[in-house]
Amino acid sequence: MLEVEGLRVDYGAIRAVHDVSLTLAEGELVTLLGANGAGKSSTLMCIAGALPASAGAIRLGGQNVTAASPETMVRLGIATVPETRDVFPDLTVSENLQLGAYTRRKDTASVAQDRARLLEMFPVLAERAAQAAGTLSGGEQQMLVIARAMMSRPRFLMLDEPSLGLAPTIVDQIFQMIARLKAEGVTILLVEQNASKALSVADRAYVMRLGRIEAQGTAAEIAAATDLKALYLAG
Amino acid sequence: MTTFLQFLIDVLSLGGAYALMALGLVIVYGILRLVNFAYGELIMVAGYTMYLVSGSGLPWLVMAAIAVLMAILAGIATDYVAFRPVRAKSVTAVLITSFAFATLLQNAALLFISPRPRNVPLPEVFSQTVEIAGVITPARNLITIAAAVILLALFSWLMRRSVLGIAMRAAATNFTMARMLGIPANLIISSAFAISGLLAGVVSLLWIGRIGAVVPGIGLEPLLIAFIATVIGGMRSLQGAVLGGFLLAFIDTTLNFTLPQDLLKFRDAFTFSLVILILLWRPEGLIKGPASGQRT
Repeated sequence: MLEVEGLRVDYGAIRAVHDVSLTLAEGELVTLLGANGAGKSSTLMCIAGALPASAGAIRLGGQNVTAASPETMVRLGIATVPETRDVFPDLTVSENLQLGAYTRRKDTASVAQDRARLLEMFPVLAERAAQAAGTLSGGEQQMLVIARAMMSRPRFLMLDEPSLGLAPTIVDQIFQMIARLKAEGVTILLVEQNASKALSVADRAYVMRLGRIEAQGTAAEIAAATDLKALYLAG
Repeated sequence: MTTFLQFLIDVLSLGGAYALMALGLVIVYGILRLVNFAYGELIMVAGYTMYLVSGSGLPWLVMAAIAVLMAILAGIATDYVAFRPVRAKSVTAVLITSFAFATLLQNAALLFISPRPRNVPLPEVFSQTVEIAGVITPARNLITIAAAVILLALFSWLMRRSVLGIAMRAAATNFTMARMLGIPANLIISSAFAISGLLAGVVSLLWIGRIGAVVPGIGLEPLLIAFIATVIGGMRSLQGAVLGGFLLAFIDTTLNFTLPQDLLKFRDAFTFSLVILILLWRPEGLIKGPASGQRT
C-alpha cells in the first residue's frame, strides 16, 4: 500500500533523514522505533506531505505522492496524528471533530454515524463535546486528535508517539484503541519510543538511528534481538 | 444627557468603521501572520469604482455593490499577485511584494485617473441629518452603526457556524495541522482575502461618505487606523480587533469632546501617547489570542 524509497529530509543544512526505505501492506500495523532525534517524526511528517523530501520517492498504491500537499494526502485516505498533539485549543471538541471530517463533509449522514461511533469509543469526549479543546487533559487531547483523524475515515493512519507524556492507564487505553482500529482493517504506521508497548501490537517493526534504518523484522524478531535494545531504548 | 447621547453615537459610528477596518486586516494576519500593506488600496479600489460607475445612471445601491465586488476581487488579486508566488519562500519577500502591489495600485490611480480628488456619488441620505432625543446627528453615522452591527453579526455567524469559518479559525491557530485534516490552504487564504476585500469595500463607502471624494492616497489613514486598532486589541484575535477599533474610537472621540480648541489639532499626538501607554501595560494587546501558531 505504502512504499517509501531512499527518502531524505533536510532542515536547511541539517539532514534529519538520510536514506529511509520502508513498505506497509494493506491492513498491516508497522511500528517505527528509535531514540530521540533518530528521524522518526521527520519521516512521518514527510510522508504526510508536511515536510518536503530532498530525495527519494513516496508511493501510495503505486501512485507517486512524493510532492503531494498535506491536504491531497488526506483526500487519498491518509490521516496523520502528529507528536505535538495539535488540537485546535479555541475550538470546541465538537468543532475539532467536525473538521476531522472536512474532506467528506457533504456526506452528512455517514459523518454523523462515525461521530456517534467515535464518541461511544471515547465517552469522555462526548461529555466534553461543547468544551474548548484547550481545556482538556493531555490524555483527553490525545483521544481527541486520534478521534479527529478517524473522522476522515482513513485507509491509512499515521500516529506519532501517541503515548508520550500520558499516565500508564491512559497509555493502555490508547493501545487498546490502536489494536481495535487494526482489527477494523485500518493500516497503521506507529512511531513510538515506548518500544515494548508498540511491539506488543505491531506486525512488523523498523528501527531507526541517526536518520537511517538500522534493522527491520517482524515484531517478535525485533523484540527478541537484544542487541537492538540499546538503539531504541535509549530515549 | 444629550451630550452623552451625542458622544455615544460618535463613538459607536466611528468605532464601527474602525472595527470593520481592523477586522479586514486581522483576518488575513491571523492566518498568514503577515500584515497586508495593500489593504488600504482595497479601500481605494472601491472608491474609484464608485467614481468610474458614477455616470452609469444605475441606482446607488447597485453601484455600491459593484464597488464592494471590485474590492473583493482586488483582495483575491492581492493574494494571487503579491502573496501566493512568494508565500512559501520568504517573509521579507511577501512584505515587499505587498508594499509593491500597494504602490502599483496607487500609481495606476495617479496615472490613469488623476492625482486630484474625484467626486463619488452619494445617496441623498448621506448628507441628511436626523434628530434623536434632541441630538442632531448626520444620518450616515446611524448608517455606519447599522452597517457595522450587520457585518459584525454576519462575520461572527460565519466564523462560528459555517464549516469554512471554523476551518479558518483552525487555520489561524495551526495552519499545518489544518492542512493535515484536508483543509485546502489556498481556499482558506483566498477566503480570508475575499472577506478582507468585502470589509474594505464597505468601509470605503462609509469612509468616503464623510468627504464625498476619492484620492489615490485614501487608503493610508484606514490602514494606519486598522493597524493601530489591531495592535491595541491583539494582533492574533478577531475579537481583539473589534475591541481595539472601538477603543481607538473612544479615545479619539473623548479627546474631541474634551480637548480645548487650540489643542485639537494635536489630537493624534494625544491618541498615540495613550496607545503607547496601553502597549506598555499590555504589550501583547488587550486580547492575547490563541497560544500556538508558527508562521506558515
